[in-house]
Formats: sequence, structure tokens, C-alpha cells
Amino acid sequence: MTLWEKMKASPLMGGKEGVIGLAVLAAVIFVVLPLGVDIFRLNLIGKYLTYAFVAVGLVMLWGHGGILSLGQGIFFGLGGYAMAMFLKLEASDPLSTKIQSTPGIPDFMDWNQLTALPWFWEPFKSLPFTIFAVLTIPALFAYIIGYAMFKRRVGGVYFSIITQAIALILSILIVGQQGYTGGVNGMTDLRTMLGWDIRTDSAKYILYFVNGLLLFGAIFLSKYIMSSKFGMLLLAMRDKEERVRFSGYDVSNFKIFIFCLAAMMSAVGGAMFTLQVGFMSPSFVGIVPSIEMVIFCAVGGRASLIGAVYGTLLVNYGKTVFSETYPEMWLFLMGGLFISVVMFFPSGLAGIWDKYATKYGWFKDKAEPVKKPEVSTSEGEAQAVLTETAPETSMATDSAAKKATRKKADTTPAIDSNKMRGAEA
Amino acid sequence: MSNTDFVLAVEDLTVSFDGFKAVDSLTMYIDKNELRVLVGPNGAGKTTVLDLICGKTKSTSGSIKFNNTELTKLSEHEIVRSGVGRKFQNPSIYENLSVYQNLEVSYPKGRGVFGSLTFKRTKEVEDRVRKVAEDIMLTEFLDMESALLSHGQKQWLEIGMLLMQEPELLMLDEPVAGMSAKERDQTAELLNRICQNRSVIVIEHDMEFVKKIAHKVTVLHQGKILAEGPMEKVQSDEKVIEVYLGH
Repeated sequence: MTLWEKMKASPLMGGKEGVIGLAVLAAVIFVVLPLGVDIFRLNLIGKYLTYAFVAVGLVMLWGHGGILSLGQGIFFGLGGYAMAMFLKLEASDPLSTKIQSTPGIPDFMDWNQLTALPWFWEPFKSLPFTIFAVLTIPALFAYIIGYAMFKRRVGGVYFSIITQAIALILSILIVGQQGYTGGVNGMTDLRTMLGWDIRTDSAKYILYFVNGLLLFGAIFLSKYIMSSKFGMLLLAMRDKEERVRFSGYDVSNFKIFIFCLAAMMSAVGGAMFTLQVGFMSPSFVGIVPSIEMVIFCAVGGRASLIGAVYGTLLVNYGKTVFSETYPEMWLFLMGGLFISVVMFFPSGLAGIWDKYATKYGWFKDKAEPVKKPEVSTSEGEAQAVLTETAPETSMATDSAAKKATRKKADTTPAIDSNKMRGAEA
Repeated sequence: MSNTDFVLAVEDLTVSFDGFKAVDSLTMYIDKNELRVLVGPNGAGKTTVLDLICGKTKSTSGSIKFNNTELTKLSEHEIVRSGVGRKFQNPSIYENLSVYQNLEVSYPKGRGVFGSLTFKRTKEVEDRVRKVAEDIMLTEFLDMESALLSHGQKQWLEIGMLLMQEPELLMLDEPVAGMSAKERDQTAELLNRICQNRSVIVIEHDMEFVKKIAHKVTVLHQGKILAEGPMEKVQSDEKVIEVYLGH
């Protein structure tokens, strides 16, 4: 088996098309964009790609699991704030804050008459703790929300509205607790990470590539999960939740897990955002950014991991271009885009791609038409099965025929299920 | 309640919805390897009885013992794991998965979050899927998207999904609804075949079909048992004729 065949056969890649899709995306992110645009633009693209973490999480949560969270900004924000707290503390050493009435604490605390660092800020002096916090605190928060809702079987629209409400509450809380959080301005003037200046061009290049690698890590992790039985169960739950429950599965545990995982990915995106952009503010936590992230995912194709990345890039590019020329129009345009995608292209960019790739036969293994039932009417069907099972006399021929069909069937399912997964992933 | 030899012992089971007793002090015993059919007019409480046994509805009072384990206190997935399978009235299959995947998902291994992440399609799973597919006459359609199956085949597929779990007690709510005459015959054969080593409860309206499969029939009316026994005895019961069969 050559490497190519191995890659094609691996469910992680999702067939030939999956490998090509990943390779193209890798080429775009790691070669084309860094060579093609200046560092200012590249940094901007790096910022967009941090949203792609959220979109990838939403593909699993919403596209596959059917759980629409309108509060992913919560987790993006928590991850971003955790990282910002570390950077802010490092930027607030006693020397550079000596003009404050209390030197050594972040400037906004001093402006708000705080005289000591709050206790929950203390651990963020350590980078390992901060990284640990980025990975666990949002996931833990998601666990609490998920446990409270999914165990009580809150789902559908109610879940969406509650997550939206939590996003709003959190953003109001951050704005209100100015002394602890930096309020509406957020945490600004972040400079170094362990003495390494993150504002230089070389740091921006490095962070861009780290971000890209982490994003690919998230995509591979998602692909693994989607290709496991867990992924199949997610699709099954989206379709017939009761059937899954009455097949012996505790449905809520599966939902909680995928919600936590999506939260964790969003948090990594948030932390990378803070590092690349150099600040964090409540405007990335509330309702509007949370819904924008759902739109990125919907435009890219809510069931496609790679589509979600392109969707994020495209919508953000559009946002940058349009908001430079018509700042007031952008929100309307975005709303219109969302509605038209949902109405006319429910599978987003990925759906359009699939359609045309199939039409022009670019990928042979995708171009095969879906196997249609050979006998369509139930009456005729019954007839066919009857002749196969009934007479005792034709046992010999019968079993030979069965052997033949089994042989054929033995080879097909692996390929076929790969194909299905490829289409999903 | 005392322990019994029955697979399922339902005793004094009552459920009331806002004062309306959908099931009223019902007592019923199911033997090992028995195929019991529940009949009764609409609203008699047949589906509710199945809902109560599988935990979809919580009882107001009474006891349901499955192999002497009290089911009324268990959650749905625990009841399933103890060996009770339930087919719903409308075919309830995963239309976006293939027939093979529908059966594979129902295989009773890797039922936890982490178990499902590490679940492997072993030879054992493969063999079991093929065996069940043969039983439910869908071998030819394993790779097909299940949404494309005919209505009758969907009913069979759901039965197959239950068979994957090898339940000791199988409950089927109107398994031949919407089937052609031939499919009904095949389903009757299928049911007679699969009740060899398990107990089965079937809800059915079609009396011809009931005759073909039932060992014993329980007639429900307004949440209570009107008559119980072999088909011939029940059919000649005057009360039964009055409320149900006579129409």
C-alpha cells in the first residue's frame, strides 16, 4: 500500500476528496497566503482564522449534532480573557506602572481605585496555569451549562435562546465589573509573552503559523471524532433522538461532551486571537459575535469542517471590504447573507462545491450516483424477497447466490461508508 | 411485590394524566418465550403500557418487574441495557445513515461517550450486522441510505436495530402498519422466528395478523384488562365483541 492509498483509506482523511481538500487548505494557509500578502493583511487573516476554531466546533455541535449554540462567544471570550490576563500582568510590572498609585497592578485596576490584585488574578501570573485555564475553564463552564440543560432535556430553540442569554449576561458582567475586567475597553496594551515581544513582525509570522497548526489539530481531532461511532451517534441523535435513547444510550452525556469540546476549541481560538491582535474586549463575547460565528459556519457549510474555515475567511473578508466603504450597511448585508444561505444553500459553500464537483466528475469516487432501490414498490419488493427465501428445493442455488452477494457486499461497505463520511466531513 | 418466574410482571400499574387514568390498576404477566398481543380500541392505553414499561412515561403507582428487577425507578437507557427493546409506532430509523450504519449504531457495545470514541468495527460486529440483516431480509440493501427504503422495510429495519441488542423482551408497536399483504405475511414469519428465545409484546389492530402470531391476547379497554387468553377464547368473549370486535 502506498502512502497515497493509505491516506485515502483512512477515515481520518475522509477518502480521496478529503485528502485533497485538506491539502488545498494547508497550501492556502501555510504557503499561498503568507507569500501572497503583507504582514498586516496576514495578521488580519490570522485573526479571522481564530474564529475558524469556533466554526469548526460549531460544525460538530450544530452541523452534526443538531445543537445550535448562539453563545459560542462565551467560550471564545473566556479563552481570550484568560490569555489577556496573563499578558496584562506581564505588561504591568512595577517598573512600567510606577506612576500609578498602586504600582504592579494592571492600569485599569488602578483607575478603578483597586489597591491590590484580586485573588483570582494571582494564578494568571503563570503561563502553564494560563494555558491550563484556557483549555479547562471554558470547557468546565460548558459542562455546567450543558449538564443543567441536557440532563433536563432542554433542546432546540430553547437551548439556543438560553445560550444567547448567557452570552449577553457574560458580556454585561464584563462591562460592569470594570475594575476586574477592564470594562468596555477590555484589556489593551498587551506587549510580551515571557519577555517575547508579540507586536513585532516576526512574532506575528510565528503566531500565524502556530495558529494555523493548532487549527489543523482541531480539524484532525474533529475528523477523528466524526469518523468514530460517536460521530455516527451524533448524526443519529440529530435525526431521531428518542430512538438513540431507547437504544440504550444516555443521550445527554453525548451532547454535554460535544458541547464541551466545541467550547474548548473556541477557547483556543480566543487565546490565539488575544495573542495575535494584542487585546481582548467584551465585543467578542456577546450576542452579535456569537451569531456572526454561526453565520461563518453556515456560509461555509455547517456539516463541513473545511467548508467552515473557508466560510470564516470569506465572510470576514467581505466584512472588512464592506465595512470600510459602507459601515452601516454591513449588518444588513450579513443578515441578508445568512437568510439567503439558509434558504437557498442550506449546505453552504461545501454544498455548492459538492454539487459541482459531482456534476463535472472531478472526483471519480464522488461521481457515482447514489444507489437507488432496485425494486421501488413495496409489493414488488416483497415478491423479490419471497422468491429468495421461500423454496426449500432450490437450497443449493440459493446459498450459492447468497455467497456471491455476500462477497460483493463484503467489499462495498468500507468504501461506501468512507464515502458517506467524506461527504459529511 | 414478590418475585416471580415471569420475564415481565406488571402489577397494579396506574398512570393518570391530570386525573384521567390512561392505565388503571393493570396486572399482566408475560412468560419466557411468549408472544403476547395487546389489542383494544383507540385510547385503550396500549401504547401507554409500552411507554410505561420502557420508561418513556413514569407511572403514578404500581410496579413493573423485569426478571424481578423493578423498572419504574430506572432511566430509559438503563431499562434498555437491562434487556428491554422498544419499537415505536412510526418507523423510527436514522434516515441519514446507511442500513449498515443503522444496525451498527444499535450494537450494544461502546455505549458510553469514551467507549463510542474508541469503538472499532470488529469481525464480531460485522457478522452480527450481516446476520440480523439476513433475518430482516435487508441484506441486499445494507449499503443503501435508509431513507430510500420502503415503508415496510423501514419497519423491518427498526426491528433489526432492536435485534442487534439481543433484548430479552421485545415490544413492537404496530409493526405491520402500512405494509402490503405479502409484507404482513413475511413479518408474521419474522416475528414467529425471533420469539424463539425471547418474549415479545406486540400491539396490533389487524385481527388476521394477530391470529397468525399470538400465543395469548390481552384486550384493553379504558386502561383496564377486558379479557385475556388464547385468540379463540377472546374472540368469543361477549364483552370483547361488544366493545371492540363487533364494530
